[in-house]
Order: sequence, then structure tokens, then C-alpha cells
Amino acid sequence: MRVATRLVPVLLVVAVVMLARAPFLIDAAPYESTMGLVQKIFYFHVPSALVAMTSAIVCGIASTVFLIRRRRLADHVALAAAELVVVFGLIVLVTGPLWARKAWGAWWVWQDARLTITLVMWMLFAGYLLLRRFGGAGSEVLAAAVAIFGTALVPFVYWSVNIWRTQHPTTDVVATLPPEMRWPLRWSMLAIFALSGALLILRTQLERGRAELEDAYAAVEE
Amino acid sequence: MTEIIRAAWLIAVKDLRVEARSRELIYTTVFFALSCLLVFAFAFVRGGRPIPDTAGGILWVVIVFAGTLALGRTFERERQTDTLRALLLAPVERPAVYLGKLAAVLLLLAAVEALVVPVVGVLFQAPIARAPWLLMGLLAAGTLGFAAVGTLFAAMLVRAQSRDVLLPVLLYPVTVPVIIGGVLGTRAIFAPEPDFDTARLMLTMLVFFDGVFITIALWVFGPVMSE
Repeated sequence: MRVATRLVPVLLVVAVVMLARAPFLIDAAPYESTMGLVQKIFYFHVPSALVAMTSAIVCGIASTVFLIRRRRLADHVALAAAELVVVFGLIVLVTGPLWARKAWGAWWVWQDARLTITLVMWMLFAGYLLLRRFGGAGSEVLAAAVAIFGTALVPFVYWSVNIWRTQHPTTDVVATLPPEMRWPLRWSMLAIFALSGALLILRTQLERGRAELEDAYAAVEE
Repeated sequence: MTEIIRAAWLIAVKDLRVEARSRELIYTTVFFALSCLLVFAFAFVRGGRPIPDTAGGILWVVIVFAGTLALGRTFERERQTDTLRALLLAPVERPAVYLGKLAAVLLLLAAVEALVVPVVGVLFQAPIARAPWLLMGLLAAGTLGFAAVGTLFAAMLVRAQSRDVLLPVLLYPVTVPVIIGGVLGTRAIFAPEPDFDTARLMLTMLVFFDGVFITIALWVFGPVMSE
């Protein structure tokens, strides 16, 4: 945990510096021939989606560890990761339609498997947070079970584009990008991952502090 | 293994016996399903005729709504009579409790569906006799997937606050693949030009998700239900 605490300022500085530089790099990147300016959303949309999916997996693993071992730390990590899924998922769900309006002519397309599953995954983790907030005592164990189901959906989100008929660009897009577009994407990806790492650690520590305070209150009352 | 199945069978029989004596769940669930159909009859019928392609969706919405209600009630009953702890203290493997509860819920929902499907056929002019085995397969696989997650969630929410609203909030997103499969498969059968290949594909998908859901639920039920 001490290592993690030292890591936070480093990650935050990296994230701030990189995020400050990112708009210039994105601006310098060439315009996509058919979509023009809106394509630039891509540089934030894709990293946010990756962070959301990674956080969902982190939440699922932490929840599994918590269910088996009952370590509090695992539970705190799971909660922090679930909040990241909801926050970055919201960024994905807002930036996606903004791009789709221009590229597809519609804000939302229901036949698209990836859109549907992304929305479902986001709702599931929002439900996870609702359960933890309003479920009362012992809800962290129940939430862990929900998180495991949510994580089982992640592979379907990632592969849905390649398996099912869908309008969403496939995952090959990233690998086939011209270098002058790949660079800004990698840059913003690193920046957003650094930011999310810092947020994950900070939120976990906050939750641990909250739990310790609760224990102290309980001890005083006894 | 046979031990688990025998214990699950005993729990299912116990649940069904309680139900046979009170008939609380079956009556309330069936009438709730009929009330839903009444709402749909006004929402999706225009000029005396049902809007095309809606019957499949209506059928599944009714099943999901009625199923949510029934799931909540089966465990609420254990809580009210304070028998949940006794059930969990029983010297059997935890998965047996889950399987027994699931079997009882499935039989109850099958009874409800046996009534709701013909009513949908009559009220919304759905050709339910067109491919009876395929339709039954879709209903069975869809209900199994829905109830597999539903039984787990209803069981674990039994001691949580605001469980009535949390059950659908958590259950619907998780079971969405099952609902999609059921609706699309049923719609393919009911369509003016039936597409049995799509229906069969959806049935395969439902069976796959059933496997995934039951595996996770069986594994999670033990740790979640321990005190």
C-alpha cells in the first residue's frame, strides 16, 4: 500500500502533463478523409472505453478475491474500480453518440450489439453502486456477486463487434491506423490510464479510511 | 452428486407443497400477468388489430415482470416465516438449496406460461401453434436463464434494504442476453414469414447463456449466502 501511495503523485503529474499536451497532438493529427473533425473524438472515446473495460475486469477479480478470502482491501478496490467503470463508461456513452450522429446519422442504433452491451454493462455497474449505497449492511458481499456477472459481460463487449453484425468500427481499426494517428491515440491512452490508476488508488484509500472511521465509531459506542 | 440432487429435489418438493396449500404465488402471479396483458392490449393495439411483430415482445415482457414478482415472493416467504436460516442450516451442500429453489421457481413459471402463452395467442393473434416445440424450447431455455440469475439475486437480496426495487435493477441488465434471445427467437416464429433458422440460432445462444449463468450462480451462491 505504501508503494501505491508514492505512486499517486507520479501518476497524477504524468496524467496532467500528458492530458495538457494531448489536445495539441490530436489537433496536429491528420483529418480522417470521410468523417473530418468528429473523428477526433476517437482519441478520447477509445481510451475511456478501454479504461472502463479494464476497470470492470479489476472489479470482477477484486470481487472474486473478496468472496473467497474476505479481505477488506479487495472490497475497497472493487468499489473504486466500479466507480471508474461508471465514470469512464459515461464518457464513452456520451462521446459515442456525438460521433455517431455525424458518422451514422443517428445518435443511437439499437441493432448494434456493441452499443447495447456497453449500455447494459454500464447499467449493471450503476446497479452495483446502487446496491452498495442502498442495500444496507452486508451489501458488499451481494455486490461482489453482481460484479462477477458484470465482468462476465466484458469479453462480449470487446468481441461483439467482430462476431455480431454491427455498424461499430471493429477492433482492427487501432492496429491499422496510420502512424500519425496512432501516436496521439497512444498518448491519450497512456494519459487516461495514468489518471484512472491514480483515481483507483486514491478512491481505495478513501474507502479504507472511511471503513476505519466506521470501526472507530463502533468501538466507541461499545 | 446424487446427494445434492436428492436434497435439491426435497427442497423443491417442500416449496411446491407450501405453494399447493396456499396457492398464493400462482394466483397472484397469473393475475398480475393478465393485468400486464391488459395494459399492453391498450398500448399495442391500433384500430382493433395488434401492431405487427409485437406479440413476441409482449409475451416476454409479461414473463419477465411476472417472474420478477414470483422470485421476490418465494424468498420473502422464507423471510417472513423465519425459515431461511433453518434452510441454510440444513446439512446439505449450499448449491442444493439453490437448485431446489430454482426448480420450484421454474415449475411455477412454467405453469404461468402455460396460461399466458395461449392468452397472448388469442388476444394478439400470435400463431403459437406454428412451431410448438421450438417455441417451447425458447420459453424453457429463456425462463431457465432468467430464473437462474433471478433465484441467486432474490436469495441474496432477501436481507438487503430496498430489495423490491434492487431486484429488477440488478436482474434485468444481467439477463438482457437471455431476454434478447427469447424476444428475437419468438418474433422470428411469429413473423408473417417465419424464420426458423434465426429461432434455432437464438435457442442455441440461450442454451449457451444458461450454461454460463448457472455455472456462475452455483459457484457464487455458497459464499454469498454464508453468514
